[in-house]
Amino acid sequence: MLSADVRLRLGELDLVAAIEVGDGEVVALLGPNGAGKTTLLRAVAGLQPIDAGRVTVDRDVLDDPEAGIFVATNDRPIGVMFQDYLLFPRMTVVDNVAFGLRARGRSRAAARAEAHAVLDRVGMAALARAKPRELSGGQSQRVALARALAIEPRVLLLDEPLAALDAGAKLHIRAELRRHLAGFHGARLLVTHDPVDALVLADRMVVLEGGRVTQQGTPAEVARRPGSPYVAELVGVNLLSGTAAGERTVRLAGGAELVVADPVPGPEVAVAVRPQAVTVHRDQPDSSARNTWPATVADLAADHDRVRLQLAGPVPLVAEVTPAAVADLDLTPGAEVWVSMKAVDLAVYEH
Amino acid sequence: MSTSHRLRWGVCALLILAAAACGGDDDDDSAATATESTEAEGPTGSITVFAAASLTDAFGEMADRFEEENPGTTVELNFGASSALREQILAGAPADVFASANTSNMDQLVDAAAVEGEPQVFVKNELEIAVPAGNPGNVDGLDDFGNADLNIGLCAEEVPCGQFGREALANAGVTPAQDTDEPDVRSLLTKVEAGDLDAGLVYHTDVLSSGDAVEGIEVPDEFNVIASYPLAALSASGNAELASAFVEFVLSDEGQSILESYGFMSG
Amino acid sequence: MTTHRRRSRVRPGARPPLVVLPLAALAVAFLVVPFIALLQRVPWSSLSDRLRDPIVTQALRLSLTSAFSAMGLSLLFGVPLAWVLARTEFPGRSLLRALVILPMVLPPVVGGAALLFAFGRRGLFGGPVFDHTGFQLPFTIWGVIAANTFVALPFLVVTVEAGLRSADRRLEDAAATLGAGRWMVFRRVTLPMVAPSLAAGAVLCWARALGEFGATVTFAGSLAGRTETMPLAVFLALQSDRDAAIALSLVLIAVSLAVLVPLRDRWLAV
Repeated sequence: MLSADVRLRLGELDLVAAIEVGDGEVVALLGPNGAGKTTLLRAVAGLQPIDAGRVTVDRDVLDDPEAGIFVATNDRPIGVMFQDYLLFPRMTVVDNVAFGLRARGRSRAAARAEAHAVLDRVGMAALARAKPRELSGGQSQRVALARALAIEPRVLLLDEPLAALDAGAKLHIRAELRRHLAGFHGARLLVTHDPVDALVLADRMVVLEGGRVTQQGTPAEVARRPGSPYVAELVGVNLLSGTAAGERTVRLAGGAELVVADPVPGPEVAVAVRPQAVTVHRDQPDSSARNTWPATVADLAADHDRVRLQLAGPVPLVAEVTPAAVADLDLTPGAEVWVSMKAVDLAVYEH
Repeated sequence: MSTSHRLRWGVCALLILAAAACGGDDDDDSAATATESTEAEGPTGSITVFAAASLTDAFGEMADRFEEENPGTTVELNFGASSALREQILAGAPADVFASANTSNMDQLVDAAAVEGEPQVFVKNELEIAVPAGNPGNVDGLDDFGNADLNIGLCAEEVPCGQFGREALANAGVTPAQDTDEPDVRSLLTKVEAGDLDAGLVYHTDVLSSGDAVEGIEVPDEFNVIASYPLAALSASGNAELASAFVEFVLSDEGQSILESYGFMSG
Repeated sequence: MTTHRRRSRVRPGARPPLVVLPLAALAVAFLVVPFIALLQRVPWSSLSDRLRDPIVTQALRLSLTSAFSAMGLSLLFGVPLAWVLARTEFPGRSLLRALVILPMVLPPVVGGAALLFAFGRRGLFGGPVFDHTGFQLPFTIWGVIAANTFVALPFLVVTVEAGLRSADRRLEDAAATLGAGRWMVFRRVTLPMVAPSLAAGAVLCWARALGEFGATVTFAGSLAGRTETMPLAVFLALQSDRDAAIALSLVLIAVSLAVLVPLRDRWLAV
């Protein structure tokens, strides 16, 4: 179990935050840029010493300024997956993964053998002899994960693991990451700015804003009662549950069918779509467009320079449009509209 | 502007520049004629004197005295090993006067028709053993130059002082066990002064110029080599009048007494 | 209907602007013409005999020995120094860097004189050493190596320091999180990252040492077979046997080209 009570000042950031991650738990640390999420993660990793507080893993104290204790990064039982993966460019994939094992004194042959096994688990065994520059984004991500897992850390830290991927890759790699994380049994702390990551990958969310924790809880709890404007915006994400009805079709509770971009992963699934990805039209769109149906505007709410629409119908949704669009389409409560969504904006996961 | 127009301007510019360059020479001639017509004021202008390294101090004073007595003149000095200077002159270096530490370097210039008139021997120098103050190596004569345990220095064979040194050692029947063949006599002297060499074979004038830093041990006359220093104005000189005036000054009683005060023997 | 597109033989942007060419050509001429002039005067007929003269082989052997030794010493001491300058903070660091660069800026003869005052028989440091052990640096090959290292070391330090500064520290962080101690991080992550700068620095250092003259002759003197390196031999030969000087110069140029040409762009990332 990871317990991090971190107080430090770094440049403009004044960070005072305490989090706990139990074994078997995945906690997502969510927040806007500059909130201090990465700093907190680096403090746990030992790359950033804290000014006050305490960082412990199980009963081992890693950082306690008052007691004069600071355990160097390389002695901490942690594994880190970095945002840009940071694979060693001149080593092969297998040597990258074996690196941590070599650091622990294994012979080159033994380290490579173990590394091969880990690569196999993430499906990268075939590219073991490749160099990092030959890999795609998704492949690099898997190698980075394998490298961190190979040393069997007690705590796994992930810094924006999906940020470097394009939208198409993100979808299915996110699903894969969920599977791999499930296979790891220590504490897992994941830093992200994407709420969908938190929804899909985490058991619990901790929201960090301006160096302070503003809210904690399961995604459902946080969604029910947003604690700050940032969170409110965040949970504006639509989450729909449904069942698989074909390779790329999901049937929602109300009977409507959604066409999604990636193969449906299981019988019971959840579909996430951002309000910004829901488009609203006055007239029925082109008959070739999929994922469209009629809806009624239930409510409008101005939110900074955007307008959030509550849409009632076979698929209840929140859409976000510009004030200009509201004027153009003459959107008022009760207005009859058509909504549509692109398959690639629909993220599907096993429930 | 069209290309042909540009070309025309370019050619004009070049011609103007060439004319200006040529015009420059005409100016010099007219100035010379002007000086000749007002003879009484004496020579003017500036010359460059290339002189052997061992003449550094003596010629320094020589040049100052000459400039005092001939106001409006400048004497620039360039010191080095005579052989190095000879090469530079043959390669076209702008020298007006050459003072060499041996006759063979001067002879080579005469053969190349680089000398104006006949060179004249203006001083003589002889070799002397230089040891650091206190004589830490307990050197007493040329025999010590064969002692491999001491730090011994000679001039390189290619330079006059090196040739003379080896001649003197051969006269004394000593096979030198030197640790360095310095490229010129001044750098040899520097090492003796610093105490890094126990002994060096330099000129008598060098020992005197070092003052207290160095002690001198005489080389017996039967082994010693007398170096004759020839002096000449050079034919490529840009100021022949001033060059020959300087040569005359060096050969005059005043010039000779300056040289003697530094330990040179009269030529 | 087919359209005939005009194919240009050069990619757009690959042709240099017109003003660059004549300036570049002048630079090339300035650098290359002296070598052509030298080649013109090579005594081709007597060359093979001259090259067998022991003077030539001795001088070459001394030059190569001292240049490679200076490079080795510079690597051994220069890399740690570069690391300290690039990675540590302490008061007076800029002063230290300025001192390290000083030999690059000083006339070599001044460097040689300073070495003499420090390490000569009556030098600040060399004096006591000589008095107690009878060992001296001047007039020995060690003196030549010392003088060469003195002038060449800064080149290596400056190049490697620049390489270390621009290296991606995050990779070193990643290595630390995987459990690597500082020595392993340096050996397996940092060094490979700065390998190009290291190679470039070593080559510059070697080349500078090979051509070194002023500090060497002032500090170590010059004796055929013991301390007379190629540059010294050329200097002296110019005064007595011009053809010999040219032959020696040719050898030095050939050796330098033999080392520099195979080091193509990707190694000389200066």
